[in-house]
Amino acid sequence: MFCERAMELVRELHRVDQEDGLRQVLEEMKALYEQNQSDVNEAKSGGRSDLIPTIKFRHCSLLRNQRCTVAYLYDRLLRIRALRWECGSVLPSALRFHMSAEEMEWFNHYKKSLATYMRSLGGDEGLDITQDMKPPKSLYIEVRCLKDYGEFEVDDGTSVLLKKNSQHFLPRWKCEQLIRQGILEHVLS
Amino acid sequence: MSEAYFRVESGALGPEENFLSLDDILMSHEKLPVRTEIPMPRLGTFFLDRSGGAETDNAIPQGSKLELPLWLAKGLFDNKRRILSVELPKIYQEGWRTVFSADANVVDLHKMGPHFYGFGSQLLHFDSPENTDISQSLLQTFVGRFRRIMDSSQNAYNEDTSALVARLDEMERGLFQTGQKGLNDFQCWEKGQASQITASNLVQNYTKRKFTDMED
Repeated sequence: MFCERAMELVRELHRVDQEDGLRQVLEEMKALYEQNQSDVNEAKSGGRSDLIPTIKFRHCSLLRNQRCTVAYLYDRLLRIRALRWECGSVLPSALRFHMSAEEMEWFNHYKKSLATYMRSLGGDEGLDITQDMKPPKSLYIEVRCLKDYGEFEVDDGTSVLLKKNSQHFLPRWKCEQLIRQGILEHVLS
Repeated sequence: MSEAYFRVESGALGPEENFLSLDDILMSHEKLPVRTEIPMPRLGTFFLDRSGGAETDNAIPQGSKLELPLWLAKGLFDNKRRILSVELPKIYQEGWRTVFSADANVVDLHKMGPHFYGFGSQLLHFDSPENTDISQSLLQTFVGRFRRIMDSSQNAYNEDTSALVARLDEMERGLFQTGQKGLNDFQCWEKGQASQITASNLVQNYTKRKFTDMED
């Protein structure tokens, strides 16, 4: 049966490197299309109207491959969009590694649209709606460092050393990103 | 998954699948029994044991009984049944419908499906004379099972739920999960943790995978 490779794409979405799979699906689509072109000519000029069900079969397979591919790529975009909200505007390199150039470009466009929108809110200063995703209870929070991160600038040029297992009392808005990225842990008292 | 990722929902319970829904794509991959009403040349390689051979231009003969995926059956079907006619899978036929009406809760719908409701709803496209009975059966089966799913999803907190969901079809599992999320969110709020910033699942999953996929 056709479209097996396309189903693998859809099933293995959690696997981030799928360039090979995509290429194979496109190759199958090309082969199906060419076979159909040739059969259509034969049906028309060679009087082989009995080929019509076959042509339809291949056409259905083409549409199915198209659907699987588009749905797969669209789902990746939905995840990339979610990254802007969960990761911030600078993606960790581990993630960027798994994105295609076109997806990176899409991410940058999305970032820009979002930034333009946020600047238009709240008067002159704009409003960062990607902050405070959970209702804040205080300006400063207690955090514990889960991984070595290095120097982290706080306010007025002072900085703290984020070493694994160190604990700090820091402004909430500065820590939000690092907590979401799993570098810090928000400690409730 | 995570707070900001919203997958495309299934449309299978309605009149049409959602083109971009991964759930619907998986559902429509499931097979059903069909009968070819006309020979199909040059496709014999897919069903070698039935192929008519070189004299028929390698055709799948007319009258062949095959199992085709739903997407293909839908694509080739028309109300004049010129290319193929479709048979109902056993679990949607009268025998099983009687079992469901006796006690819907005993059946393992995951084994029968796993997209029992979605696939059953899309089956209605094939204009079977039993369509009314099938749709009634789907509805009543769900009504019979819903209460137990809702109750168990609201009472299983912080425990292994695999036994509870083992015999649920995919749609029911989604429902169970939604119930669990509601329960967990409420408990989190009650404990005063609703304002705690948490790590993003999305980020953690992808950064963990850094180089392991390359080695696959």
